[in-house]
Amino acid sequence: MIPAGLSLEQAPPFGVPLRFFLTAPWFLVLAALLILWQGPGIFASRWSPATLALTHLLTLGFMAQVMIGALLQMLPVVVGVVVPRPRLTAALIHIPLTLGTLALSAGLWVGLPPVFRLATWLLGLAFGVALTAIHIALWRAPVASGTVVTLRCALTGLLATVGLGLWLSGFFGWGWRLPVLAVANLHAGWGLLGWTVLLVAGVAYQVVPMFQITPPYPPRFVGAFALLVSGLLVAWSLLLAGGWETAARLAASGLAVATASFAGITLYLLAQRRRKIGDASLNYWRLSLISLLAAAGLWLWAQASPARAQAPQIELALGILMIAGFALGVINGMMYKIVPFLAWFHLQAQLFGRIKVPNMKQLLPDAAIRRQWWAYLAALLLLLAAVLYPSLFSVPAALALGVTGAWLGFNLTQVGLAYRRLSRAAEPAPDPSSAGV
Amino acid sequence: MTAIAEMLAAEHRCCDERFAATEEAAQAGDANRCREGFQQFHAAMELHFSKEEDELFPAFEQRSGITMGPTRVMRLEHQQMRETLAEMQGTLAGGDLEEFLGQAETLLILMQQHNIKEEQMLYPMCDRVLGPAAGAVIDAMQAISTDRPA
Repeated sequence: MIPAGLSLEQAPPFGVPLRFFLTAPWFLVLAALLILWQGPGIFASRWSPATLALTHLLTLGFMAQVMIGALLQMLPVVVGVVVPRPRLTAALIHIPLTLGTLALSAGLWVGLPPVFRLATWLLGLAFGVALTAIHIALWRAPVASGTVVTLRCALTGLLATVGLGLWLSGFFGWGWRLPVLAVANLHAGWGLLGWTVLLVAGVAYQVVPMFQITPPYPPRFVGAFALLVSGLLVAWSLLLAGGWETAARLAASGLAVATASFAGITLYLLAQRRRKIGDASLNYWRLSLISLLAAAGLWLWAQASPARAQAPQIELALGILMIAGFALGVINGMMYKIVPFLAWFHLQAQLFGRIKVPNMKQLLPDAAIRRQWWAYLAALLLLLAAVLYPSLFSVPAALALGVTGAWLGFNLTQVGLAYRRLSRAAEPAPDPSSAGV
Repeated sequence: MTAIAEMLAAEHRCCDERFAATEEAAQAGDANRCREGFQQFHAAMELHFSKEEDELFPAFEQRSGITMGPTRVMRLEHQQMRETLAEMQGTLAGGDLEEFLGQAETLLILMQQHNIKEEQMLYPMCDRVLGPAAGAVIDAMQAISTDRPA
């Protein structure tokens, strides 16, 4: 006899991560619409209002949504600690994060202080709840493995990113006087390296060797990488704040080398994979890591002179490689594993022995993933082309981004609908004769 | 001490290798090689489960006094994997390699998220809790492999 709720003690309800995963893709569509509306001018500089809005649709609307949703799911598996009141916690993060992202992007775009203030409160609430819940779980972890240490560093990176972001909102919403450009650079650095790269690394240490069947990461690398990146970020921040430009560029170069080493090692491990069969998410991993490697190389090259480091095209290309290449790619690829697996996992626990549970590939066929992959690849290449030739490529880039986002949303929604249909179909029919059996 | 963690993590990797070989045969459309590979993989999994369920988990439970904690979840997950393995066996008997590949993908994730829990938490806890008694538990687990033809 199979008890209901088999092995689900540590897993939060499917709705907890799913609400984040099903929301995120539509922010890619919004980002695409913004590019279309704004035209080629959006690729002129990362500092233009529409470009700042676009950046936050991608980083908060897509990246933060999925990363936080996935953490709520993953912590019990990797760390062995359950986030308290999962449904309520998820709602208290998801709703203000979604609304706050819309408000912040609108505020950045049109420059209205009241909208900014609303965004600040909403995002402050969302991240306040997220950081508290996840921090509590991480510091209670029974075993401090390399992944746990890396995740703790990543969470500290998120804390720094949110803190700097809230400080910046003082400028936009309340008219505080602060060195906006320098603080914004720190905000971006902590967000992309201290939070995103470290979170991806902490997850990669587990999922790359396990799911692709590769050799493990070198233990010394795992032990040192997160602490090194965090330490270099602190040094970089202090040096920038103190006005030691040359030394800050040195720290930035160190960050580029460290990041490139993570990308390089992961690509090397993937090349040694024992799992020989094709795997749709492998394409996403590879492209993501190649983008990270390219971004690190470009950043290192730009450190050689201040003129390069501040050239708008280089800054934009860096942003696109890091956000649209590295982060979107790896997140997109991982969602294609997580969502069908969780649907199967929860269905199997509910339905086993009553209805045959469709496997992952039946829930989300490879062909659907592969088609969306081509749209994603086109979007990334067209966005990079648009940095150089905005008038030629901004419309195709926006269209490809919109298509890949909508397609991802459609694919994931199909899994969600299949889950709902099957779990409803299996609800025990009201049959009094079976009572007590 | 990390003796238990090392021994059992190595068994996980060994099962992974067999899984990869089976999956590759299915992808290549070679039903016979796939059946052969699956049989070896299935046997290796069962042997590993019994080492844990018959020796390691009881020792951990007795020593730590925790019976409703991680070992219970691990036993339930073993059960879930056994069910999936049985389904795969049925599919393979019917010769549907396409469906087998979908089930294999599903099993891989189920198996690996289980392995992460064991390697990240349970095994280090076992090494810590059992301390000097770990050697005897390892001997008992190794005896299972020699006693029983896989």
